[in-house]
Amino acid sequence: MPTKKCKALLSQLSEYVDGTLDPRLCKVLERHLKTCEDCRVVLNTMRKTIDLYRTVGESQAIPNEVRERLFYRLDLSEYLKKRP
Amino acid sequence: MSESVSSPTFSLEALRNGDRKEFARLVDTFSTPIYRLALKILGDPQDAEDILQETFIKALSALPTFEGRSSLSTWLYRIAVNEALMMLRRRKPETLLTENDGGDEESGNGESTYLIDWCCLPEEELLSEEARQFLDHAIAQLPENLRLVFWLRDVEGLSIKETAEALGLSETNVKTRLLRARLRLRELLSDYYRERMEVRREEDAN
Repeated sequence: MPTKKCKALLSQLSEYVDGTLDPRLCKVLERHLKTCEDCRVVLNTMRKTIDLYRTVGESQAIPNEVRERLFYRLDLSEYLKKRP
Repeated sequence: MSESVSSPTFSLEALRNGDRKEFARLVDTFSTPIYRLALKILGDPQDAEDILQETFIKALSALPTFEGRSSLSTWLYRIAVNEALMMLRRRKPETLLTENDGGDEESGNGESTYLIDWCCLPEEELLSEEARQFLDHAIAQLPENLRLVFWLRDVEGLSIKETAEALGLSETNVKTRLLRARLRLRELLSDYYRERMEVRREEDAN
């Protein structure tokens, strides 16, 4: 079950994931992670959550017709190259 | 992951002087992320397209006076966010993006019961059509102010500083919101994927 310590460390997970957490706090967190499976799960699934959204988000390109209308509206149609 | 993704460099001088070709290159580079962002805020393709066009029309007229204190991408995101939120407010006047809005409530995620590691699910399960729909559904449940921070930082890859600039928030505020958004989404996804794990287990058992 999550302890008080887990709850306190939870607030640092985000910065830890970003690699911006203070090195001393990193050490404390990593020591805790070694012994706390719950926190490891939260960390892993948080990373995966970000990863999934990034993968799905990056795969959503602007529809061709929307892009074309944008170029026409901006009077840039002469620069409208067809996408591969 | 701490810094923004690299993007092509543009000649600010050419852009300020009205170089059409350089502007077309800028439009081509940022039309997809701006469109995605507008769609995420407004949820409607036609509205998103209007905001996309409005953003670049505004950018075109403001470029001669763009001072370059923030990066071009951050500046474009900021225009798009402002335009989209204005449209949203016209539709729902109560929607406001303020420093404290939604930032202070107790998230309650510390005692999450969703402590199941679903990372081991195969890719085709994690990114199935149904899962993708759930991802959309889950992010749509976040309050606007958390969703925007998460989207700019984690999907579009802006740094904390750039996200703060694009949204007109402090960096501390962005970090707080980002943590809340990530925890909340993690929880929603855990709920969904835990069920998927159970279904698979049952299927394997039969």
